[in-house]
Amino acid sequence: MTQDPIISIKGLYKIFGPDAKSKIALVQNGMGKDELLETHGHVLGLRDIDIDIAQGKVTVIMGLSGSGKSTLIRHLNRLIDPTAGEVVVNGEDVLQYDETRLRALRQQTMSMVFQKFALLPHRTVLENAGMSRRVRGEDQDTADAEGGKWLDRVGLGGNGGQYPHQLSGGMQQRVGIARALASDSPIMLMDEAFSALDPLIRTDMQDLLLELQNELHKTIVFITHDLDEALKLADHLVILKDGAIIQQGEPQHILLNPADPYIEDFVSDINRARVLRVRSVMQPPHTNGFDFSGTVDGNATLESLIELSGGDTNCCYKVADDGIDIGVLDMKDLVRALVPARPSSENGVEAR
Amino acid sequence: MAFYDGLFETLGLREWCDAGSSGGPMTMAQLLARKSGVGGEDGAPAPATPFLQTPFPSLDALNEACPAVTRTRDMTDGVENAFLAIKDPLKVVLDPITQPLSWALNGSLSVFETVPWFILIPLLAALVWYASRSIGLVAFVIVSFLFFGFIDHYIYAVQTLSIIFVCTLICVALGVPLGIAMSRSDAMQRGMIPVLDMLQTLPTFVYLIPLIFLFSVTEPKLYGIAIILYAIVPVVRLTDLGIRLVDKDVIEAADAFGMTDRQKLWGVQVPLALPNIMAGVNQTIMMSLAMVVIASLVSAPGLGVLVLRGIRNLELGVGLVSGFGIVLLAVLLDRVTKAALSRINVSQRA
Repeated sequence: MTQDPIISIKGLYKIFGPDAKSKIALVQNGMGKDELLETHGHVLGLRDIDIDIAQGKVTVIMGLSGSGKSTLIRHLNRLIDPTAGEVVVNGEDVLQYDETRLRALRQQTMSMVFQKFALLPHRTVLENAGMSRRVRGEDQDTADAEGGKWLDRVGLGGNGGQYPHQLSGGMQQRVGIARALASDSPIMLMDEAFSALDPLIRTDMQDLLLELQNELHKTIVFITHDLDEALKLADHLVILKDGAIIQQGEPQHILLNPADPYIEDFVSDINRARVLRVRSVMQPPHTNGFDFSGTVDGNATLESLIELSGGDTNCCYKVADDGIDIGVLDMKDLVRALVPARPSSENGVEAR
Repeated sequence: MAFYDGLFETLGLREWCDAGSSGGPMTMAQLLARKSGVGGEDGAPAPATPFLQTPFPSLDALNEACPAVTRTRDMTDGVENAFLAIKDPLKVVLDPITQPLSWALNGSLSVFETVPWFILIPLLAALVWYASRSIGLVAFVIVSFLFFGFIDHYIYAVQTLSIIFVCTLICVALGVPLGIAMSRSDAMQRGMIPVLDMLQTLPTFVYLIPLIFLFSVTEPKLYGIAIILYAIVPVVRLTDLGIRLVDKDVIEAADAFGMTDRQKLWGVQVPLALPNIMAGVNQTIMMSLAMVVIASLVSAPGLGVLVLRGIRNLELGVGLVSGFGIVLLAVLLDRVTKAALSRINVSQRA
């Protein structure tokens, strides 16, 4: 990450309970979630979270239910207040904000998409899409124009007059996305936005999101419990367990170098050939004794390469990006990468 | 003599008892006891009280043994006197505050009474059509009122309707804000619920007793207050409940997009609670109708007066027909508000 992060979370703790503040020290001294619950009756939500979220990138926070991911995302726009720590957005600590500035942040800077859509059931689709504009006090025409524009963009141009309950789940979430986009905020928070949808619809929605992202370059914080989804969308992947980060980094890197048995378990089930890209398994450029079968793109998936080579492990490819050589791919490396690796310290695992 | 004599003797309070002896009028029980020759004052020895008939140490029983103890009758007298003592200052405050209620009730009555039947009935029909969009219901309303007119109960029915109209309006105007306040503050809810419970369970006649002392019986606000106190409960409760039941996810979304409290209340919470609020209004109307008969004891006009006449003069027919009239009115109002309610529901929810 070269540029300054747009959101920076530092040392964030969240403890649920009547006397959370006093329990911070216990947790900082290493008391675990179960022990805290048993001996003090407080629930540990988040423990020492540090994340830098880069502008214009998709940061995916992944974890199973109860891992604290939905709690974490709600700290960004302070739907939940932390027990300790900092959330810095555009260089300002949002925890110091008073109500007015917080409201301005929610209206202008961050929009949110929800797992259960959370559309206003008594308003039409068009009114829902333009809601963020109306909340800001902009007039009816602007709200409808912006709402309508984004409804068109997510493919619901003709449904503006309907009510949310008349739409299917996938269509409702499109409205949810249009509503978030219509606010024109640079940051979009997506809380398990696609988890409630059928697998096929979910794939459609992921494609829609990537397509929009290519065009708009929003800063997206995406929460999911689905690793395939996480790998598909993430520029930066954060894996949470029991309220703590166990690994974060580039998804390809995490896949090849899992830092923890927990992550190994996670990644063992996915289709690595489809997810891994050539650039992640290639070697630096060299020419000694190789007979190149062709040139491939660094972002090609291993699956496409297997298809290209016809399964011949003796093949060797030159890897290029925009015509510049960036490496060499030996099919034997590729095959090796398809088998989950054991984590080892020498891989330079990035774990915080 | 009396059962608890011994108690006061052992406590050494005999002198205090006798010093406090005030006499006062006898109770009926004492009178009967003297009449039948049992009891001390004739000089005849009182038989020892069997153990199983041990009297409860109530005020009256203790008074028998020790005249310094007040009797229950004196206690209720005390309550009465206390009420009478605060009555005048209370009246100074309450009278002006509640005066608009009298005006509203009188005004509404005179409007409903002066508008001729051939205008009022179509007007009501139009209102029902606007609220329910149901031809059947409109026909039912028209036929009902023509029936009231035909059996010469039209004016009574219209008077009852007028009272309910005013009281329901006031119940909504006061109850909805109260319910909103309750939904926003747990402390407020904790404080209000016992009051609402009390209003709902207090026997209806009991409302009337202090009101009769406070206001003159000829004032309409007397029955207006009684009806409102009794009927306001459901609309308050259901407004509170309705707002608290609004989907938490939707509220969170409203927060996440930076809605102000006011935007959230009027743009999200109240509209989504509307089906529940309307159900509360329906119940409020039904309860004010129930109270109308009792209110006729204190000069409320309408069908209740006829029911009362039926009871007082044993005019069976008059009582039954007007009772049926009230039922008809109740069914009518219930159907119309329910139809309006279901129309709201359809336009909102899956």
